[in-house]
Amino acid sequence: MKEFSHLVGWALLLIALAVVPLFVHSARWIDFLEMTLFVAVLGQGWNILAGYGGQYSFGHALFFGTGAYIQAILQVKLGFSPWVAMWFAVSGSVLVAASVGYLSFRYGLRGSYFALITLAFAEAFLVLSRSLKSITEGGNGIQVALNQDPEQAIATFQFNFAGPFLSEYGFYYTIFIILIVAFAITAWVERSRFGAQLVAVRENEDAAKALGINAFRVKMGAICLSAGITATCGVYYVQKFLFIEPGIAYGPAKSVEALFAPIIGGLGTLLGPLLGSIFIHGVGELTKATIGQALGGRPGVDLILFGTILILVLAFVPRGLVGLLQSGWARLTGGRDA
Amino acid sequence: MLDVTGLSKSFGGLKAVTDAHLSVSEGQIVSLIGPNGAGKTTLFALISGFLKPDEGRTNFLQTDVTGRQPHEICQLGLVRTFQVVQPFANLDVRENIAVGAHTRIANRKLALARAADVARLVGMEGTLDQPAGDLTIAGRKRLELARALATEPKLLLLDEVMAGLNATEIAELVQVVRRVRDSGVTIFLIEHVMQAVMSLSDYTYVLNQGVMIADGAPKDVTSSPEVIEAYLGHGAAERVAKMGGANA
Ligand SMILES: Nc1ncnc2c1ncn2[C@@H]1O[C@H](COP(=O)(O)OP(=O)(O)O)[C@@H](O)[C@H]1O
Ligand SMILES: [Mg+2]
Repeated sequence: MKEFSHLVGWALLLIALAVVPLFVHSARWIDFLEMTLFVAVLGQGWNILAGYGGQYSFGHALFFGTGAYIQAILQVKLGFSPWVAMWFAVSGSVLVAASVGYLSFRYGLRGSYFALITLAFAEAFLVLSRSLKSITEGGNGIQVALNQDPEQAIATFQFNFAGPFLSEYGFYYTIFIILIVAFAITAWVERSRFGAQLVAVRENEDAAKALGINAFRVKMGAICLSAGITATCGVYYVQKFLFIEPGIAYGPAKSVEALFAPIIGGLGTLLGPLLGSIFIHGVGELTKATIGQALGGRPGVDLILFGTILILVLAFVPRGLVGLLQSGWARLTGGRDA
Repeated sequence: MLDVTGLSKSFGGLKAVTDAHLSVSEGQIVSLIGPNGAGKTTLFALISGFLKPDEGRTNFLQTDVTGRQPHEICQLGLVRTFQVVQPFANLDVRENIAVGAHTRIANRKLALARAADVARLVGMEGTLDQPAGDLTIAGRKRLELARALATEPKLLLLDEVMAGLNATEIAELVQVVRRVRDSGVTIFLIEHVMQAVMSLSDYTYVLNQGVMIADGAPKDVTSSPEVIEAYLGHGAAERVAKMGGANA
């Protein structure tokens, strides 16, 4: 019964996400919706490793940036089709994740040590991407040539000059499909032996080992899955903005963005990253429209606000918005479904 | 089924276990007793792969498992519980036990169903949906046992599962342990509750300051002067003997 009502809830939510842009005709608001889904996917990637697995990464930009750079370099320098490049982008990012995971987990790095290692790797790749000019064009970044031929819109994975529908909604439905895949993978994790073992490792690694769980292998699986999902965000970013540079790829902003949504929405929950992203973007727009304007559009106001919200959430709703909804629902139904 | 030969382990200068020999045969309940700090938990950690011995070997089911990883040893059918209980606090009892069940069962639904069966065996069917973090001490001890059982072990190492329980709870758990043995699981347990040791064990080993000082049938071992001295201090055996004489 509970399973069924969950299914109906998800179906309604997905239908809503599928049709909402059709009611929105301003490019600005479609961009807003795209970025909301983009951050939800970015958050879900982080959530698999940190929320379900308890391995807190502070350097998820590493996987985003690697996916983005491979996608850009293969197209620009080697003339790959974007549809081929993306498989290399995802696999390349997974390979980097496997190396970082092997180094960290083989030597039993946990907690803040793991966070620092991931941060250090992201910083190292930031420096590398700036200095390996022959491959990455250094600080100038890589520009993907804009396609203006409507016939080639699909082949070049660029919708700017596509037909009327695609040029308006192409990238929204692209990120929507990526979101469905990422959330379906996470839903599988929740219902699988792998997921149960991952959560067990998060809860108590020694107990998990005693019960026959190969903690190393489970964590390796989680970091690879997590990186794969995060890399698709890099692929999406390059196709949409046709540009990538070191700061965007490997700077701390993406690492922070990746962890914001799931923490606010609810760590280790399927819905958390999406709820968190909707909340963050909603509040962001609201502040821009109210406080931001009152202060004359001074930059950084939204960051201060997000910082404050994060502290409040951590202090008062450690289970995030999902936890808040669950206890609210339990109160409404007299605790039957909680 | 378990043969330990010459296991030793020191922490820095402290010799926690020195040249320990023991064996456990199939179908038995064997106990390991000894004063606090004797090295009992360390010996369990050595056998189950949580610590690497400095010397010595562990054979389980004719396989040398010395130095193997804990998860490999568990998959072979040797599982330990922890003296300091280690529940997955944010999961409910059913999910906790299912983690153990997953060692043999890939399917989530079947593992959850198996968890409910195991809970019934240890008398936890009433708390299946309770978060493990909310359990009483007695409940947590049972959960340790249930989770380990769910891995379908051939040999179960229980580290002080009776500690901190009241007399009724101990009596119940003694029944549970006996039921588990009757279901075909061999048991090796560390216990301070002498009533449980005496009524359960077929054979007893005594460890003192890392050294195995006696072994035999429980009632013989507990009346041995050396063992009484280990527990009660030097000269105690003589005093106990005198008191026994006075009472007779
Ligand atoms: N990881 C460790 N590091 C250092 N000393 C330890 C460690 N584990 C146990 N010890 C020491 O080894 C001795 C035996 O401990 P333990 O095996 O827990 O005894 P028991 O279970 O018989 O009470 C104690 O003196 C204890 O302080
Ligand atoms: Mg002990």
